[in-house]
Amino acid sequence: MIVKTMADYFAEGKQPEILFWVGSAGSFDDRAKKITKAFVKILNQADVEFAVLGTEESSTGDAAKRSGNEFIFQMQALMNIELLNGYEVKKIVTCDPHSFNTLKNEYPELGGNYEVVHHTQFIYELINEGRLSVDDSVLKSKRLTFHDPCYLGRANDVYESPRQLIRKLGVNFNEMKRHKRTALCCGAGGAQMFKEPEKGNMDINILRTKEALETNPQIIATGCPYCNTMMTDGIKFHEKEDQVVVKDIAELIAEANKL
Amino acid sequence: MQYIPNVIFALLLIVGFGFFTLNVKKLIRNIKLGKDVDRSDHTSERWMNMIRIALGQSKMVRRPISGVLHVIVYIGFIIINIELLEIIVDGLFGTHRVFQGFLGDAFYGFLIGTFEVLAVLVLVAVLIFWTRRNVANIKRFLSPEMKGWPENDGNNILYFEVVLMTLFLTMNATDTPFQEAGIGNVFSHYLVPLFDSFAAETVHIIERTAWWLHIAGILIFLNYLYYSKHLHILLAFPNTFFANLNAKGRFTNLASVTKEVKLMMDPNADPYAMPENGEEEEPEKFGASDVTDLNWVQLMNAYTCTECGRCTSSCPANLTGKKLSPRKIMMDTRDRLEEVGRNMDANKGSYVDDGKQLLNDYITPEELWACTSCNACVEECPVNIDPLSIIMDMRRYLVMEQSAAPQELNMMMTNVENNGAMWQYNQMDRLNWANED
Repeated sequence: MIVKTMADYFAEGKQPEILFWVGSAGSFDDRAKKITKAFVKILNQADVEFAVLGTEESSTGDAAKRSGNEFIFQMQALMNIELLNGYEVKKIVTCDPHSFNTLKNEYPELGGNYEVVHHTQFIYELINEGRLSVDDSVLKSKRLTFHDPCYLGRANDVYESPRQLIRKLGVNFNEMKRHKRTALCCGAGGAQMFKEPEKGNMDINILRTKEALETNPQIIATGCPYCNTMMTDGIKFHEKEDQVVVKDIAELIAEANKL
Repeated sequence: MQYIPNVIFALLLIVGFGFFTLNVKKLIRNIKLGKDVDRSDHTSERWMNMIRIALGQSKMVRRPISGVLHVIVYIGFIIINIELLEIIVDGLFGTHRVFQGFLGDAFYGFLIGTFEVLAVLVLVAVLIFWTRRNVANIKRFLSPEMKGWPENDGNNILYFEVVLMTLFLTMNATDTPFQEAGIGNVFSHYLVPLFDSFAAETVHIIERTAWWLHIAGILIFLNYLYYSKHLHILLAFPNTFFANLNAKGRFTNLASVTKEVKLMMDPNADPYAMPENGEEEEPEKFGASDVTDLNWVQLMNAYTCTECGRCTSSCPANLTGKKLSPRKIMMDTRDRLEEVGRNMDANKGSYVDDGKQLLNDYITPEELWACTSCNACVEECPVNIDPLSIIMDMRRYLVMEQSAAPQELNMMMTNVENNGAMWQYNQMDRLNWANED
């Protein structure tokens, strides 16, 4: 897979259309890397000139900030901003709602002003501009439900673009009882991903996958690598991994288009 | 001698409103103990929020049953209080139903008739509310933080409403000239037969008693507010006006940290440089361990909270049996703030260290670390209270002042610091995925 970096473009004296912010999960986590690659295939199919930061990319600092460590967050932020501003980046697309939120909302005050969009928003843009079409025959009539990532939904009021994409897939789409504004968290946010949960009577992802399973899905779609992990673990807990798959919307689009 | 009732009435008003004013002053002083935060921007958007959310109850009706019942009690409360104006004029000048003359029989009858209908609706709504709180086993009313005073407080308010509405209807039913005029007594005329066996003089005494108890009850209720969760009937308005307008995912960037980080990253900075004015500045405390470290909007949030528990009933941590309850965060903040306020009252207006603080004495780290920062509580709150901001400020204190994060988080943060990722992967391997199948 050929992926150009900002440094490559810079050497050529050119600017890509977008910077694809891969994020730490998308770079290192085996499951999330599949989402990264699916999105790259979509970008290639739509002939989007994109670049990644590659080895120059570093954590946005989201997890450190939400743990309460403003120092590490701001060090990360200021380093990243210096890099992004150096490359004169205008538009950033990311598959990670946490990076999306941090880059979009928390970087401007520190000097980083970019147009930041989530990959579901960007793919929807591509479709609307006629640069990409989605084959609705491959996943036709599959039963699907969508889990709203908190940092996409409530945190930034992005509820529609993932649903618009789902409608393009030709699937049989059923909402969970708690969805959009009232969606239940998967349990990973606020740096919970990186620690054991506090004592309780259940893990949050178990409850959320239970809610998803109530819609009797074949596919649980989401738009966040961390939600993906949590929901996948939940499905295993409920011993439904043979019947239900957890997929990112980008993976579903890539699958529909046989990429 | 004939002016004695007028004088008593005036005194009652002065004491009632005077005592309330004193408490409001304390309330404002306590809220101002919070740190400054600028919420003077986007005033038109703020007015719209207040009109939509506080006046228009738009977030209340998202839960239809409690929402509609609440709207009934809310409208009843506001409209019936128009009657209060007439009561005050009558009381001060010794008149009786003075507005009847002003407004004419038809309009006056329409007004009082509306009040009576609303009073009955309020009684019905309050009865359902009471059942929900005490009989229906609704989970959010049974949380541990609701035991004791909070539970009684909720019921007291309902009893107040019942007493006030009953007095209002009794007062109308026993007002013989009003009943004979037959205007606006849409409901109270059903009550008249109850008093048939009484002598005319007795009925008049009952009418006067109900009238006096009604106004006294309203003044007592007014003064009860300061001690109760019911303050939301006033504070919902400023609270929605001053609420955060940014995207909910945007957390504040600590300016004091920016200063230090920039200094650290500046290769030309002199680490041993003295501050320019030569005086050693006291380093700012990072995060919050007590109420005075929070900002005034967060403290106003605490006074505004009416403990409905919609936040807690949507909190993923709470739903899965963790200790965290966003409502308790708000209740603890208010309890501690009131404790600090009483401390100041007892010490001539200045706070004397009592060895307590919000952290540990009220809110435990276990609660704070259970939060997923999902914003469900913020989204749910019918009056835009933000428990998450308090949780985050307290986490900041735990991490930056006390280095008291859970061990796994310390490891994660060390990784971010050393290799730019939450896991122990080398930054140089960030693009490896492109070459893997």
